[in-house]
Amino acid sequence: MTETTDLDVREGVDRETVETVQNMGSYKYGWDTEIEMDYAPKGLNEDIVRLISEKNNEPEWMTEWRLEAFRRWQTMTEPKWAMLNYPEIDFQDQYYYARPKSMEEKPKSLDEVDPKLLATYEKLGIPLKEQMILAGVEGADEAPAEGRKVAVDAVFDSVSVGTTFKDELAKAGVIFCSISEAIREHPELVKKYLGSVVPQSDNFFATLNSAVFSDGSFVYVPPGVRCPMELSTYFRINAENTGQFERTLIIADKGSYVSYLEGCTAPQRDTNQLHAAVVELVILEDAEVKYSTVQNWFPGDEEGKGGIYNFVTKRADCREARAKVMWTQVETGSAITWKYPSCILRGDESQGEFYSIAIANNFQQADTGTKMIHLGKNTRSRIVSKGISAGKAQNTYRGLVTMHPKATNSRNYTQCDSLLIGDQCGAHTVPYIEVKNTSSRVEHEATTSKVDDDQLFYCRSRGMDEEEAVALVVNGFCREVLQALPMEFAMEAQSLVAISLEGSVG
Amino acid sequence: MLKIDNLHVKLEEEDKQILKGLSLEVPAGQVHAIMGPNGSGKSTLSYVLSGRDGYEVTDGDATLDGESLLEMEPEERAAAGLFLAFQYPVEIPGVGNMTFLRTAVNAQRKARGQDELSSGEFLKIVRAKAKDLQIDAEMLKRPVNVGFSGGEKKRNEILQMAMLEPRMCIMDETDSGLDVDAMRLVSEGVNALRDAGRSFLVITHYQRLLNHIKPDVVHIMSNGRIVKSGGPELALEVEENGYGDLLAEAG
Ligand SMILES: Nc1ncnc2c1ncn2[C@@H]1O[C@H](COP(=O)(O)OP(=O)(O)OP(=O)(O)O)[C@@H](O)[C@H]1O
Ligand SMILES: [Mg+2]
Repeated sequence: MTETTDLDVREGVDRETVETVQNMGSYKYGWDTEIEMDYAPKGLNEDIVRLISEKNNEPEWMTEWRLEAFRRWQTMTEPKWAMLNYPEIDFQDQYYYARPKSMEEKPKSLDEVDPKLLATYEKLGIPLKEQMILAGVEGADEAPAEGRKVAVDAVFDSVSVGTTFKDELAKAGVIFCSISEAIREHPELVKKYLGSVVPQSDNFFATLNSAVFSDGSFVYVPPGVRCPMELSTYFRINAENTGQFERTLIIADKGSYVSYLEGCTAPQRDTNQLHAAVVELVILEDAEVKYSTVQNWFPGDEEGKGGIYNFVTKRADCREARAKVMWTQVETGSAITWKYPSCILRGDESQGEFYSIAIANNFQQADTGTKMIHLGKNTRSRIVSKGISAGKAQNTYRGLVTMHPKATNSRNYTQCDSLLIGDQCGAHTVPYIEVKNTSSRVEHEATTSKVDDDQLFYCRSRGMDEEEAVALVVNGFCREVLQALPMEFAMEAQSLVAISLEGSVG
Repeated sequence: MLKIDNLHVKLEEEDKQILKGLSLEVPAGQVHAIMGPNGSGKSTLSYVLSGRDGYEVTDGDATLDGESLLEMEPEERAAAGLFLAFQYPVEIPGVGNMTFLRTAVNAQRKARGQDELSSGEFLKIVRAKAKDLQIDAEMLKRPVNVGFSGGEKKRNEILQMAMLEPRMCIMDETDSGLDVDAMRLVSEGVNALRDAGRSFLVITHYQRLLNHIKPDVVHIMSNGRIVKSGGPELALEVEENGYGDLLAEAG
């Protein structure tokens, strides 16, 4: 295939995607008339924070909230305790706000597209899915006959470009919109809950996010309502040198249920891009939230050039009795992953679960895990972590389980398995356990193994090539976690596992 | 079909010669049996033919329809029609038996330039073949060989063979560990596959299997070589008298 052909395909894909996005209400949000420039000026100061707030038509209290975070952030230093190695980030050399570029300007960037990335997207079926999802097509082709609906909030660069199925959700009383819209339309909810799980001052990256987040998703499920469809946010970083800082806030009121999916992609860039999101889940009495992530940010190339720096703070507050949360994550992308979705088990008998697959290949570094903070009586938590390292990658599981004095009769079970492919990669397990009462119990099991040659030979003797064999064995290793994902995502996650391990053997 | 000529094989890691000039030819449509004392190199031969790592061929060759197998990757040998039913089938935790079978079948179809089977077609075929081998739906869902009994593992190997429809089937002690009924099932499965274009190399310690699967030729292997070849009566002789006389006679 010649290079021109590749570009043509890519052009077609991009055009369709962009058109779909435009057709679904970009005009309603007024990009074309209102906005003349694509970027806010580089760097970060109070004016930029005010500009972001202004662009989102935010009320005064929100601007103040951001400024407070910004002032706080200036006094903080970047954390260095993670097992991650990366050059100093120059926070003044970033754009903190970008709007998607218009169609006419697109072709310029097409020259930069690596055919390999294109092939990856094609294999994943992302362009097609992207369109389908953004257009609100019912279910994917794998979905069961009736077809499950997924409502999507799409965030391109820093801006939410549209939310699907809004009317149908509204009938059930569910609010699903961009966070900037929520700030304008539902200030009482935002004021009450924003920063109530991850406070402004929580950590360096969360505080930065509090100051500069430009958009993200907002969900409120009223008491007793079972959300009639899966909700999903689809994040895509397009613009270059742009930090992306989304903010997600989900509130599950008493006795409600919602399942939320988060998907991420980004095109290949030679430079590293910063991503620092905050996700807050507030779960009230008897409510349940399932939050699933398939993260496929660009991981950098085979030499370790480029890739997303992913510094994310995700936390669920099981605020009242019998609240339940389940985090499931498939982390295959990013050059650097710094992410510890956590559960605060405050309500008595509340439950937290964390299922994770973290794959690091080539020069990727992942430091990820969870925190289970048991505060209430009879609380339960379960951690299943599957780390896969290949190439020269380093993969660290870092987990904290604490049982506070009042968290009597509580239980935690942690299972932490690492799989190594090749002999130049590393796997590390760093569990912190604190039990401050006598009736609670914590169980921790950890294993490290290499991909078994006999298994690979067995697969190959049946006709699979080496990569297929590795993908199959690794998918088997991850099965418990893959099973925790909603159907639509499980298929995508399986093929992602295969793709992200390409070139890891032989 | 399969031609092995003066094959010499040593272990890669240590200086240990296991096959020492083994020659053997299985023409299309025939069933050959290999018998021989423990440790004579039967499994090693089957592994070398299917391309397992860890062995070094120091001399000789092995060809399938005139093409040398030794240069090929294991999956290329499989696509060329070679199949090994393992003496010790491998467990793959977390991978459903059905998923494994489907991946294997489609990988070979792809390698041969055929379309992949749809899930519907695949399910129909696999259910029918599993039924013949009395493998129930539950076992098809379970992870490959994990927690299978010895006999179940062997039946599962034959199911894979039936699904992949190889032209050259090597069976390494498939009869060991099978109860009388399972032996009959497996033999029926093999006999159903017998065809003018398909050959079998059956490694066994027991004449009993050969009552069900009638061999054209029986080879006696010892110390890395074929020391005697003959008709089915050779197996009876082993069963009655052991290897002592045969080996002494071969020198
Ligand atoms: N990886 C290895 N390391 C050391 N020795 C080996 C290895 N593989 C095979 N051998 C030796 O080579 C010889 C042949 O082994 P092989 O398994 O081929 O025998 P076999 O004829 O199949 O025996 P059985 O009838 O018991 O199955 C044995 O002595 C065995 O110990
Ligand atoms: Mg053997």
